[in-house]
Amino acid sequence: MNLDTMIDLEGGRISREIFVSRDIFDREQEQVFTRAWLFVGHESQVPNPGDFFVSRMGTESVILCRDQAGALHVFLNSCRHRGMKICRYEQGNTSLFVCPYHSWSYTTDGKLQGVPLYRVLYEGTLNRDDWSLVEVAKLATYKGTVWATWDPQAPEFLTYLGDAVDHLDQVLDCRDGRPGGSEVIGVHKWILPANWKFAAENFLGDTYHNPSHRSVDMIGIGPSAQRGAKGRRDNEYEGGQHVWVSFPAGHGVHSVLSRPDPEYGGSYQQYPEVDEYFRHCFEARKQRLGTERARLLPFTGNLFPNASYHGRQPRGICVWHPHGATETEAWRFFLVDADAPASVKDVLRRFYMRYSGPAGMTEQDDMENWLYATAASQGPIARRHPFNYQQSIGAFRTGDPLPGDVSLQMTEQNARNYYRVWRGYMQGDPWAALIGAPALRAAAE
Amino acid sequence: MSAEDAARRALAAELAEFLYLEADLLDERRFTEWLDLLAEDLIYFMPIRHNVKFGQHAARENTRQGEGISWFDEDKWTLGKRVEQILTGVHYAEEPLSRTAHLVTNIRVISATPSFAAAETAEVSSRFLIQQNRVEYETTQFVGRRRDILRREAAGWRIARREIILEQNVLVAKNLSIFF
Repeated sequence: MNLDTMIDLEGGRISREIFVSRDIFDREQEQVFTRAWLFVGHESQVPNPGDFFVSRMGTESVILCRDQAGALHVFLNSCRHRGMKICRYEQGNTSLFVCPYHSWSYTTDGKLQGVPLYRVLYEGTLNRDDWSLVEVAKLATYKGTVWATWDPQAPEFLTYLGDAVDHLDQVLDCRDGRPGGSEVIGVHKWILPANWKFAAENFLGDTYHNPSHRSVDMIGIGPSAQRGAKGRRDNEYEGGQHVWVSFPAGHGVHSVLSRPDPEYGGSYQQYPEVDEYFRHCFEARKQRLGTERARLLPFTGNLFPNASYHGRQPRGICVWHPHGATETEAWRFFLVDADAPASVKDVLRRFYMRYSGPAGMTEQDDMENWLYATAASQGPIARRHPFNYQQSIGAFRTGDPLPGDVSLQMTEQNARNYYRVWRGYMQGDPWAALIGAPALRAAAE
Repeated sequence: MSAEDAARRALAAELAEFLYLEADLLDERRFTEWLDLLAEDLIYFMPIRHNVKFGQHAARENTRQGEGISWFDEDKWTLGKRVEQILTGVHYAEEPLSRTAHLVTNIRVISATPSFAAAETAEVSSRFLIQQNRVEYETTQFVGRRRDILRREAAGWRIARREIILEQNVLVAKNLSIFF
């Protein structure tokens, strides 16, 4: 496995092997998914003591749980005795996780509590404190979102996020600019026969795939479609400067810098009440952030390795859970402002459903692309021929006009940077190299 | 057999005929004619199914129509858009078009108003097995239940509400690009 020839950044060539090879997949699980910060869930899914939401990290099932004292935990969903999944409900509230196999039970803070026939069979041998549920090394919450890593050496989450945080904020903050305040209104889960990186890369900043959504753009499915608007969403970015930004830790985003002193352009036009709400949010946000900061609007992005987002229309976080080299379990968490009026939430959820996921008119076409790109890359001849990643090579400036490597034209720089970092994980590089040494130094100061 | 029973069976036979016609229109890709079978105020709903503890099924197993996120919770306008999208010829998830076979069975009339004999609306339960095959090898089977509210309008029976209960949790299909 020669990663340097597989990932040729200067030449803009990346081997198809990394999208289809079982060996590479196995190494990815070990090298990437046991180290990187992964998205686990949202605090709105576990508001009360005893609440749990079963999630995934890589190929493994984990439980996001709020213990009886109110603290969050993420545990491997596997009994320490013989490995049975201790929780096969998706979400709920409990005071105890009882394993169906031999009835070992664990409290919501992960401690082994019940061991049947303990005194007869285990007294003097089994020390319960040594057999708590396996827990992540670090857990972080950020504006409602919950992230975790298995690596005790991993940098703090905000250090890992780096300057990508400015873009993630536009997803997680209220539409009127107040920090945080989102809630999850539902989760899609589905299986797609494609490598997980196709999906991550799609959100990382592959704006070039726009033509595959021509059908929805032609017919119009946005929140103003019944007023005759074409396109798959409202054109909220008109006159803005699109930016494609990549960050040292492998994150990539596609955002928009709207015109200086932006004006509300009108959206949700078939719902006057919702239009009015968003007009109010737009003005309040400008007031709160100032006209300069308010210019930054999110489109899509991917936080290394597999947490993608859609920033506005629709709005949510997608996680691409690997199942195998050519199979992925996709989860999408749909977001709204928790305190938005019911009428606004209703319009949003309806738009989200017709846009997104396997039942969504836009994203069905993505799934088709990822499936057949994976399928057509498996043969020995196909594998000899790398994918082309030469788009806009070299056409970026660092720190201008935003932090990060910024391109003002469509680019595959975000992807090249992503695979540079991916290669670093696969080689077992130290954290200083993985997230960019300056970021670690800055965090230490 | 009571008169009411006989009327119920006669109605079931009539509505089965209607549902078979609908299946033919879909499998023969006569999508715009299929749209004509939908009432203007149609509710088309497919919940997401959750794994819940015994005893919580009624309250928590299925997402609810009118709130949150389901697979489908939409109206006739949206379904019309889905048809329009297929007809563009560049909706790649359905281009080339899938081959489908809708098998509809276990058809039972649950209730009718004002009566089975003079039904203006009827609630009908059925099962479906839909095979979707597309391009070369891609084959998906969708199995589940439907609960329809059918309404007699001037032009004939129309679907006023359709609830589609797919017997899956994580969707074991890359897309729901066909009609149910």
